[in-house]
Amino acid sequence: MKKNILYLLTGTFFGIVMTKGEIVSWYRIHEMFRFESFHMYGVIGTAVLLNMLFIQWGLKKGWKNLWGEPLEAKPPLPLNVKRHLLAGTIFGLGWALPGACPGPIYVLLGIGYWVVLLILFGALLGTLTYGLIRHKLPH
Amino acid sequence: MYLNTLFLNVLDFVSQPWHWAVAGTGISLVFIALALLGRHFGVSSTFEQLCAVAGAGRLSDYFRSIDLPSNKWRIFFLSGAVLGGYIGSHLIPSPEPVAISASTVAELESIGVPYPESDALGLGMLPTSISNFTTTGGVVLALLGGFLIGFGARYGRGCTSGHAITGLAHLNLSSLLTVIGFFIGGLLMTHLFFAPLLRLLF
Repeated sequence: MKKNILYLLTGTFFGIVMTKGEIVSWYRIHEMFRFESFHMYGVIGTAVLLNMLFIQWGLKKGWKNLWGEPLEAKPPLPLNVKRHLLAGTIFGLGWALPGACPGPIYVLLGIGYWVVLLILFGALLGTLTYGLIRHKLPH
Repeated sequence: MYLNTLFLNVLDFVSQPWHWAVAGTGISLVFIALALLGRHFGVSSTFEQLCAVAGAGRLSDYFRSIDLPSNKWRIFFLSGAVLGGYIGSHLIPSPEPVAISASTVAELESIGVPYPESDALGLGMLPTSISNFTTTGGVVLALLGGFLIGFGARYGRGCTSGHAITGLAHLNLSSLLTVIGFFIGGLLMTHLFFAPLLRLLF
């Protein structure tokens, strides 16, 4: 129960950052893909850099998490260049369309954009389709 | 009295749009908090969990192998994300719509997405004029965007949070390639397909 409250609080902070940092704004994403503002590059660059410093340092020093277990490295996927590029490109085609980025879908719902429920429904259809035809794709 | 004024000043201060360095640091704090809680940051896997809950296991064995109990934490995390969106927009709302660059505004105007009028809420977050429940084009665009990210994120085992924010920090080559793909797709859509798609749908 206590753990769940911590997840809820972390998520709440995430939602506030995504909103106040304008990361949920499709206009910001459109602007990013047009290279007309540094904003999104600054956000993603800062986050990745700080995360990298934290996790690489923490793994090296054997830091423990709150439950006393060592921090875990996220295992990479088995390398398949074609798959990663293809999957990424399909995702990217959607990312550039309004409201279609998984984190922002949930945050935009809280802001009051009900249409994200339709986008979420589309995302579930896409996920289901992947489950049905995955054997035909390179993995 | 003094405390009251101080509180209002702090409220004014955090209501301003946050600088990219502050926002980036905030996202990093989320990543660090989840790492310390023993979890990897990732949002899109909730799509397959929702599919599994809805009974997709009857259609594809892919959804039968999903371990729901170990993902229960995501319900709390994302409920928080919804709540955070409400707090960020209703309790500490920005005084102006998102200040995107003048050249982007001009381009959007030229393809029929005037800024900020295209966003019915006037916040500069989502162009509801082209993504909505009420027009055929709006429904198609919303479903198409959702479908592509749902399919792509599952095929690639992750989205912006799992690959860009997390995978790159873990120095995973598969994540780097996936993120390069995100940009290939995003650039193709923005520069080649988006304007023709709008002409077709609206």
